[in-house]
Amino acid sequence: MNAIAPVGVSAAAFLSRCADVDGNAVRLAAADLLRRVGLPRAGVEAWKYTSLRTLADIPFAGAPARPDGAAVDRLLADLARVHALEADLPRAVMVNGRFAPELSRLPDGVSVARFSAAGDLAPHGDVASALNALLAEDGLTLTVAAGVDAGRMALLSVVVAPDGAVLSVHPRHRIVLEGGARLSVLDLSVGRGDYLNNPVLDIAVAEGAHLVHAKLQAEDAAARHLAVVHAEIGADASYDSFTLTLGGALARHEVHARLNEEGGIVHVNGAQLLDGRQLADLTSVITHAAPACNSRQTVKNVLAGHARGVFQGKILVERVAQKTDGYQMNQALLLSGTAEIDAKPELEIYADDVRCSHGATVGALDAEQLFYLRSRGVAGGEARAILVKAFLHDAVELMGDEALRAVLNRAVETWWNRKDA
Amino acid sequence: MPAIAETRDTVESLGQSTYKWGFETEIEMDMAPKGLTEETIRLISHRKQEPEWLLEWRLKAFQAWQGMTEPGWAKVSHPPIDFQDAHYYAAPKKKAGPKSLEEVDPELLRTYEKLGIPLHEQALLAGVELPEGEVARPPVAVDAVFDSVSVVTTFRETLAKAGVIFCPISEAVREHPDLVRRYLGSVVPAADNFYAALNSAVFTDGSFVYVPEGVRCPMELSTYFRINARNTGQFERTLIVVEDGASVSYLEGCTAPMRDENQLHAAVVELVAMTDSSIKYSTVQNWYPGDEQGRGGIYNFVTKRGVCRGDRSKISWTQVETGSAITWKYPSCILQGDGAVGEFYSVAVTNNHQQADTGTKMIHLGRNTRSTIIAKTISAGQSDSTYRGLVRMMPKAAGARNFTQCDSLLIGDRCGAHTVPYIESRNLSAKIEHEATTSKISEDQLFYCRQRGLSEEDAVGLIVNGFCKDVLKELPMEFAVEAQKLLQISLEGSVG
Repeated sequence: MNAIAPVGVSAAAFLSRCADVDGNAVRLAAADLLRRVGLPRAGVEAWKYTSLRTLADIPFAGAPARPDGAAVDRLLADLARVHALEADLPRAVMVNGRFAPELSRLPDGVSVARFSAAGDLAPHGDVASALNALLAEDGLTLTVAAGVDAGRMALLSVVVAPDGAVLSVHPRHRIVLEGGARLSVLDLSVGRGDYLNNPVLDIAVAEGAHLVHAKLQAEDAAARHLAVVHAEIGADASYDSFTLTLGGALARHEVHARLNEEGGIVHVNGAQLLDGRQLADLTSVITHAAPACNSRQTVKNVLAGHARGVFQGKILVERVAQKTDGYQMNQALLLSGTAEIDAKPELEIYADDVRCSHGATVGALDAEQLFYLRSRGVAGGEARAILVKAFLHDAVELMGDEALRAVLNRAVETWWNRKDA
Repeated sequence: MPAIAETRDTVESLGQSTYKWGFETEIEMDMAPKGLTEETIRLISHRKQEPEWLLEWRLKAFQAWQGMTEPGWAKVSHPPIDFQDAHYYAAPKKKAGPKSLEEVDPELLRTYEKLGIPLHEQALLAGVELPEGEVARPPVAVDAVFDSVSVVTTFRETLAKAGVIFCPISEAVREHPDLVRRYLGSVVPAADNFYAALNSAVFTDGSFVYVPEGVRCPMELSTYFRINARNTGQFERTLIVVEDGASVSYLEGCTAPMRDENQLHAAVVELVAMTDSSIKYSTVQNWYPGDEQGRGGIYNFVTKRGVCRGDRSKISWTQVETGSAITWKYPSCILQGDGAVGEFYSVAVTNNHQQADTGTKMIHLGRNTRSTIIAKTISAGQSDSTYRGLVRMMPKAAGARNFTQCDSLLIGDRCGAHTVPYIESRNLSAKIEHEATTSKISEDQLFYCRQRGLSEEDAVGLIVNGFCKDVLKELPMEFAVEAQKLLQISLEGSVG
């Protein structure tokens, strides 16, 4: 690059909220980045399709210590009802960005530590992580010791904004799997009101360990969701993720996954189901930094109303990463004449003995397939439902954990029924 | 003993550079002083005896350019360019008067002969025996551009009989001012981007083609660009307008001497296709790529764009990119008319320290518009090659279709190949399909060829030609042969 990236809009409102920048090197660097670059708008390549310009004008405030307890209870009860979350599923609950031990039930085999700005802030170069680093107050470090299979757990985020206020919460989590450990995490976020949820999750999967990460983003309609995952994958380890985006007016899920040693496997799959005036962005950078690793990505967008779906996926194969096997597929289904998809699947390859491919398709429901179903007596609405679900099925079925896959499938079903109603 | 002869030839060829077009022509030049100011632009305009409107247009572009910054998004890197350290006008000295082949400086004719460009209007006569080894070729009309000016344009009378205008653009400004004024900058506005604005301010020559309604251009048209002078940039401008139901096939070739410094080539090409017309634009780009250490070579920063203005019109770009130190080029189609068709076929080869960032844009505006993109990228040595393309379906592009295929081939583990497609759709019934692969030459294929007695280099040549077949078959016959040879030469020394 020859020129300096264009400068975004001012992040001054966020910068003024951080009291103790000076004491922390990561916070200093984050503040510096936000001062220099600001909140990105369309001119910044990495944010080409998702401008944060509107955030600059919103008077975000920190979350109150005591949120509306009844609203929190209602949201948690909804989780059980809508998502049929098993009552006995171990869980760590965050309310308004703060750990709520009284609502949590931690699993055996997972050791939990509270966040401290001094020890838990890893430095990252992206804007959303910088924003989090600047304002993170709480979060959890979940560690599974070597060789332990810790089973399944949920990491729940509930944000309730009081009427008339706009909140921003910036939880910072870490998941650490030591050698040969296993864990499946359902990462679910819900909320009520006008707020910004900006969670950052650092993941380290050591040799031979397996982490399954099913994320279900069901924020309130007015909310904004800016999440970043940084995953480091060791030898013969795997990070198997699926991100289902349903909520929020403006949402971005950004993944930086790095295969550091031979034999690593990463799956960054996802689906975005959007309606109304929603904008959701799934951005990923998968870096092959070691030989003989494998990456897979299947991302689906189903777009109705005036919704806009964004997919930016990059596979970067470094010079050393010979025998890389990389595959990426991104497909969009437009259900209305006013929806829009913007996709940028990208390959950046510096090793020659590799097999990398990507594919992308955009289109509407196939008229012939619809006709086929109709001609066999399936009603129009039901025929559409069958085709949309079949379209999503390819991606959702890639989720390795059966119980978590069931949660995702139920969420798809609920979305469609609500949309169709 | 053929094997020994072959070895000897190979050893000999390793001793010398493979860029055989790298010679320099000694000729007296008329040059503008170094630097770029309003005065330079006035001088160019004055030398070319341009009308006032064009000078104003240039000055406006210059003003816009001064407020612009160089684009930074391409995956190329180079030291900053000093735009004041070049001559913006360089023309071989010549006497005034009408141009005919007899009046052209013999030194120039020898140059083009050496480059293999036919400037003599040899008629093809039936029954005439050709010397052994020579194949009968259909005539091709050539416009030869040497540094800043066109030195000769052949077959003008034959073309004029058919109603086709084919002449240097500087002449078109004088002879056909209405046409030029109407279309110049209508596809690539003067302030479109940094390099287009620079070109609009200082462009010197290039070709103008006008094919009137219902005329099928009777022969292939071609322009041959040659950079010769030191410390100059070449800023040519090509404008092709094809009226209702007309068609034309246009070829473009280019070379430059070998030098240690970099030279800038910033061209603008505009195509306008009316109802039921078609334009086929083929390029074999063979600017000097620099030496094995990456010294010298041309910076090829080009804006090429065509607009399918009428219904069912068609624009097809075919390019074989083997030269240039840096290529920054995105021949694009704006598919405005209903049922318009855009095509982009590209082979980009980089070796040694070359960098290429090239691709296309297909902007679908009209209903049932269709576009096809086939891009083949081959990287060898320590080069970097990027395909960057945009497919955009606008809300009114109902029933539009796009198919894109990008394949990259890496030869060696010190090069890079990248694919950056942008896919944007705002129409429910538009369909886009995109696929891309990156791989290396398979061991099995190589082994198979070697086993049958092909040398490694020949085997690679064969496989690469197969890899590029889909694109090469789109080239006019004589270009396809040249392109195949070029591919081989460009990749020489990249294996083993």
